[in-house]
Amino acid sequence: MSNEATLHSQQEVMHGAGAHDHHDHGHHHESFISKYVFSMDHKMIAKQFLITGIIWAIIGAFFSVLFRLQLGYPDATFPWLESILGHWAKGGRISPEAYYALVTMHGTILVFFVLTAGLSGTFSNLLIPLQVGARDMASPFMNCLSYWFFFLASLVMMASLFVQTGPASGGWTMYPPLSALGDASIGSKIGVDLWLTSMALFVVSQLLGGLNYISTILNMRAKGMSMTKMPLTIWSFFFTAVLGVLSFPVLLSGFILLLMDRHAGTSFYLSDIFIAGKALANEGGSAILYQHLFWFLGHPEVYIIILPAMGMVSEVLAVSSRKPIFGYLAMVGSLFAICILAFLVWAHHMFVTGLNPFLGAFFVLLTLLIAVPSAIKVFNWLTTIWKGNINFTPASLFSIGFVSTFISGGLTGIWLGNSSIDIHLHDTYFVIAHFHIVMGVSAFFGMFAGIYHWFPKMYGRFMNNTLGYIHFWVTLVGAYCIFWPMHYEGMAGMPRRYFDYSTWTSFNQFSGLNQFISFVVILVFAVQLLFVFNFFYSIFKGRKMTTQNPFKATTLEWTTPIHGIHGNWPGEIPEVHRWAYDYSKDGRDFIPQTEPLGPNESGH
Amino acid sequence: MQTMSIQRKKIHPHKYSLWIAMGSITMMFIGFTSAYVVKRSQANWLAFELPHIFWLSTAVILLSSLTIHLALKQFKERNMQRYKQLITLTAILGVVFAACQWIGFTQMKSEGLPLSGPVSASFIYVIVGVHILHVLGGVVALLVMFFRAYRTRVRTYSAVPIEVAATYWHFVDILWIYLLVFLSIAR
Repeated sequence: MSNEATLHSQQEVMHGAGAHDHHDHGHHHESFISKYVFSMDHKMIAKQFLITGIIWAIIGAFFSVLFRLQLGYPDATFPWLESILGHWAKGGRISPEAYYALVTMHGTILVFFVLTAGLSGTFSNLLIPLQVGARDMASPFMNCLSYWFFFLASLVMMASLFVQTGPASGGWTMYPPLSALGDASIGSKIGVDLWLTSMALFVVSQLLGGLNYISTILNMRAKGMSMTKMPLTIWSFFFTAVLGVLSFPVLLSGFILLLMDRHAGTSFYLSDIFIAGKALANEGGSAILYQHLFWFLGHPEVYIIILPAMGMVSEVLAVSSRKPIFGYLAMVGSLFAICILAFLVWAHHMFVTGLNPFLGAFFVLLTLLIAVPSAIKVFNWLTTIWKGNINFTPASLFSIGFVSTFISGGLTGIWLGNSSIDIHLHDTYFVIAHFHIVMGVSAFFGMFAGIYHWFPKMYGRFMNNTLGYIHFWVTLVGAYCIFWPMHYEGMAGMPRRYFDYSTWTSFNQFSGLNQFISFVVILVFAVQLLFVFNFFYSIFKGRKMTTQNPFKATTLEWTTPIHGIHGNWPGEIPEVHRWAYDYSKDGRDFIPQTEPLGPNESGH
Repeated sequence: MQTMSIQRKKIHPHKYSLWIAMGSITMMFIGFTSAYVVKRSQANWLAFELPHIFWLSTAVILLSSLTIHLALKQFKERNMQRYKQLITLTAILGVVFAACQWIGFTQMKSEGLPLSGPVSASFIYVIVGVHILHVLGGVVALLVMFFRAYRTRVRTYSAVPIEVAATYWHFVDILWIYLLVFLSIAR
């Protein structure tokens, strides 16, 4: 209400003061539809992405609880499963088809809908205009479209969960021939068509968003905000958008060929296939071709997920340890190096597909090279908090947790990047443990850090800290308890994607361990629901924000009014005079970016 | 209280976004042509000559690039009558181009190279087909601008929309030249 009132009084002032000056900013009365539904305000679009992402995260995580029940308690029956899954869980036991559908959708939902759209969609939208000093995105309309394409993609994917033959279930990578032939399995029928349609809409959404992020950052920075004065968050969103804009179209081309194989009788990916004893006419296709096209996106995709988290962690660590970020230019340089290398390592997902070993050697080298910029970043995060005066807020704890999981998950990446070790470890639980820790848990920690830190900027209230601490500690300990044991299972050779290991003598020894993992999964899932409760409760009942800059940060978003207005700053956009990390400088706790350099002061 | 100042912009954001979008579209066609190269190096690759009508369509799309360039010039000189004629002509040439490509498809089909035939032919259908969609997208944009030019209530004097459309049009033209050269050489 007060927000509305402020906005109105300002509009009146603006009308009186000179209408020619602000002709393209929203100063008309906003209806419910234009404010909350088809909003063109980047801050509202950010909230739309975030809340849609949270809903998807609950669904995707709940799927993992369901299939972990099967893996941990293969002999038990849970009658309540039949009441929610129907014939997919006859007698309270998940059917193999349902298991594969759950695993596939868990991957798709979390990789694309939560950690791509929910993470970079939320924070790129919220922070880019606020931190570079822009009134809104380059094209607010395209930004609005970007969200609604994502919404459409969500609807189609959601619909695929409810069709009679079930959703796509050939794995989130959708490899042919399982995905190319409707007769290959029950999960290869209309579920795959809906999956491909949904993902095509998703790619459009990502491209519209990415175009906007890039042109806003390059083109609409406030006066004085040179590229090297930008906070690291903006650099990370920039490289994320570049990766998305260059790699998603290649994925789309792969999907178009796949759709042709499904419906037009072409043979891009199909060759010499027998189904039920009958030979198919398809000849000369190559399933490996799809893997090349898929992983050319697929590998940059993991950096699309992790870079925004890295940027936000850098910012939160500097703010909460009251120290400038260590090695700003090295941080930017390593983001750039990761961005370039991301395009040159895709074949390390394909070491055992019959890839030429000579070619494989180059991909090993380039993959191991990624360790260098990653190590630079880890070093700089540690030196940033070293001897800092750390405020252990939930946001800073999640940032420190991010550094921890990024190290432990990154180190196993060096193992898997070697093509010779990969012969033993590929498609085992070791791989599951590696990418869940380094990409899943780390990215979630970055996202949680961002949500706790910028929640006041979004809603003008704080989240509850006590619930935040419980959320952090249970999630950190739980994540390690879930994924650490999987390394042992993987080294013992336990393959991924199997429905039931209890009949397999070699892996009987792990039944206790599997039960333990599943138990922790349920616990951690419950704590995430606590976070969701905290989030929604705090929107309405959280402690109110009383000062503009509660965390005493230097960046521009904290110079805007507590209750955001469309256009972000009433009056002039502030001019920027210094970099974003002047903490504990010249005896002062922090110096905002808007403060001019003193006469005896040198810029960074 | 001060008034809201105008946003600082170096290049018009729509032009900027267009350049990035063109990079993105280029990446999709790089995806297709790389897939083509990979597939071509494998066994059972059937080489054949492209339909000759593709050369005619090339002439058509080159001509349309010229007409949209002239349209932009006329718009800047405020010769609205000539401008309207030229963008109409450009849109018609765009449709003629798409029709020529379609005739090329029917010729391929009659020569025993249907979409579901050898993979080398399937690639031509998909790559050329996706390119046609991009040309038709440009035609839709021109139609929108055509109706805008006839509006009497609201008049626009900004050259940005026609500049954006012209840049995109030249882009799909150059993209076609690239595809034609690529598909002719790498058979």
